[in-house]
Amino acid sequence: MDAVFLSRLQFGLTAFFHFLFPPLTIGLATVIAIIEYYYWRRGKELYDQMARFWFKIFAILFAVGVASGITMEFQFGTNWSEYSKFVGDIFGAPLAAEGVFAFFLESTFVGLLLFGRDKISRNMRFASSVLVAVGSTLSAFWIIVANSWQQTPTAYRIEGGRAVLTDFSAAVFNPSTLPRFLHTVDAAYITGAFFVMGISAYFLLRNRNTEIAGKSLKIAIILALIGVLAQFFLGHSHSVQVAQTQPVKLAAFEGIWDTQTHASLNIIGFPDVNKEITHFSIGIPGLLSWMVHGHSDTAISGLKAFAPGDRPLILATYWSYRLMLLAAAWFAILVSWGAYLLFKGRLYNNRPFLIAAMYSMLLPVLVNELGWMAAEFGRQPWIVYGLLRTNLAASPLPAYQILLTIVLFILVYSGLLMGVCYLVKREVKKASGEIPHQLETGPISMMTDIR
Amino acid sequence: MDLNITWFLLVGVLIGGYAVLDGFDLGVGSLYPLLGKTEEQRLILLQSIGPFWDGNEVWLLTGAGAIFAAFPLVYASVFSGFYLAMMLVLLALILRVIAVEFRNQAETLEWRTRLDVLFFLGSFLPALLFGVAMGNIARGLPLNSAHYYTGGFFGLLNPYALLIGFLGLFAFLLQGNSYVLLKTDGVLQEKARRLFLFIWASCLTLYVLASLYTYAAVPALFANYQKYTWFLIAPLLSVVGLAAAPWLVKTARYGWALLASSATMLGFIATLGLGMYPSLVPALNPGLSLTIYNASSSALTLKAMLIIALTGMPIVLFYTIYVYRVFRGKVDIYGEGYSGKNNHGAWPPGGGIVR
Repeated sequence: MDAVFLSRLQFGLTAFFHFLFPPLTIGLATVIAIIEYYYWRRGKELYDQMARFWFKIFAILFAVGVASGITMEFQFGTNWSEYSKFVGDIFGAPLAAEGVFAFFLESTFVGLLLFGRDKISRNMRFASSVLVAVGSTLSAFWIIVANSWQQTPTAYRIEGGRAVLTDFSAAVFNPSTLPRFLHTVDAAYITGAFFVMGISAYFLLRNRNTEIAGKSLKIAIILALIGVLAQFFLGHSHSVQVAQTQPVKLAAFEGIWDTQTHASLNIIGFPDVNKEITHFSIGIPGLLSWMVHGHSDTAISGLKAFAPGDRPLILATYWSYRLMLLAAAWFAILVSWGAYLLFKGRLYNNRPFLIAAMYSMLLPVLVNELGWMAAEFGRQPWIVYGLLRTNLAASPLPAYQILLTIVLFILVYSGLLMGVCYLVKREVKKASGEIPHQLETGPISMMTDIR
Repeated sequence: MDLNITWFLLVGVLIGGYAVLDGFDLGVGSLYPLLGKTEEQRLILLQSIGPFWDGNEVWLLTGAGAIFAAFPLVYASVFSGFYLAMMLVLLALILRVIAVEFRNQAETLEWRTRLDVLFFLGSFLPALLFGVAMGNIARGLPLNSAHYYTGGFFGLLNPYALLIGFLGLFAFLLQGNSYVLLKTDGVLQEKARRLFLFIWASCLTLYVLASLYTYAAVPALFANYQKYTWFLIAPLLSVVGLAAAPWLVKTARYGWALLASSATMLGFIATLGLGMYPSLVPALNPGLSLTIYNASSSALTLKAMLIIALTGMPIVLFYTIYVYRVFRGKVDIYGEGYSGKNNHGAWPPGGGIVR
């Protein structure tokens, strides 16, 4: 195993693990801000309890997001020093901006809410909740700016083997920034909403905490419905942008080998990289050309139009994208079902829906990962699309050192994952009364000497 | 003042801000086994840094981002060169987050003790290793023509760097100890008072030793001070801070004592930084050194970043100060304190241990 492969593996593992959490916390922070809004306007005890319950879970997830995020800020330098030299003039700025505009905001106000919720006014409490949601969304913006520049580099010139910035705002708003930001943040809202739906459904199925669960479920379903409907447009416009800026990636998404007009929108099929065909392909004729260009007689480039050395990891790209779409179809069904039941007033005791919602709770978390994988596998073999190849971008490190740190990361992160699952589960079970609240034994046991 | 010098100073501000702010919570963590003998004391210590440590750590992340943006060659060369050491610090910081965040959730004594150990190690290791890294950089690194470090992991553990590491560690301890003095009362404060003189005297001794060793081993660091006499403000800041601290503690002016300790810390960092100027990473072969000119981003990027820093950081300072004001005063884990009304079961109040 060579050092480049190992650095890729490590980056993939750590980014995968990290990316489990931010979409959840962005979505959950938004749900909490909505609940806090009701508390702020109406002052009902119920909203206060709801906000506190969800914030407890948010805090656990946020902590793991922070812990796993520390690595990401440094890894470009530690493992991708050639990349860092090449892109530093452009890529570093959004990372720094993320710190200045987003991380400070999130972490300061999470700390305030966690420890000072009862020391601040109701206005300030609402404001802090909104600032946490805004901070986490801004953090998504800046990191997507950085990542989008890798996908569609803009506003640079190459000078002495490095990309040099020529226009800051053109680099920030490069062609893929907005489509990718909106698509990803909307996915985060869906993720948070599904999470809240799932836990609320769990309570309702057990007939516990029904007031909190009912209100939360309602808010979550409405948010999920808006999110999923919006995603049809946002996902679509992102794909159109991919077709324009990274046609080879679109060809891999769709499993298209030959450049063709009237290209059909693939539903399912099995690409064969050796034979360069897609077996058992079922699609809607002409739709892809029409969706991308507005006419079905416009050509869509196929994979064969690109030299084999310039094609992405076709199977990984294709299947991540395909599974993402399949899951999206299920999301649309589930939220329409839920919205229908809500409209009919039969939501809270419809067991099949509640069970489906409960089991779909973490599905969006995995679908986010699929979307990320489709985007990044589809960018290969480039680390900066069209400018720098991944295999030329790594640090000159001895392989055994990377292997060592991979093992350490796997150990620490699996411990973390188990810990976070255990704690969230326990918080839910405490709230549903299945296990007693942590006993407040008070001063006496706290005074006892520990040793 | 050109853009490169401005960014040299701004990166210094970020590193200094990190050292001062995360300094007190790393210090509290490193003193944790010494000061926190009972569960109550441990809860107070954890509570004292609870609302702040995460925000403080953002200074590190932002500092790293700023170095990447302003001096990408430094970011690429140092972080990959110090690979294993860097990863060790990152893992320690990750474990520390886990320990701080999840300790109050742990229901059994065994788990609390395990997380206590993680909290200590996660604070102590970075507190020591940041200084070691600084020492190595100040001493000059073996860099090759591509500006990569060629000394290996164990090359980082040389006597000079270790001495600077211990100086840094004790500066963090001084910072943590002063913070404990300010935020606690009763037994815990008394303990910190008794510990103070030892930490202060060690810090002073190490400072003298480090200065002498530097004079002998890295005389180049003194050159700037002969050239620009006003640079002496930096070491003067440390000296004044160190001189004032015992008197301030003795007269129970703990807020001022924390300020004195912060001045000491800032002085240390500024002394090294100004000594190296205009190098950021001096190389053993001076021609290969990374300087604020040959390692920097383009003027356009530096300008854009300056606008970001000048618009963003005042806002950050504004709300950071606000939040510190909300939590001013002594930590109180029982009453309203940080923990909020207990009838809501607010988390984390530090629930008792079930035995």
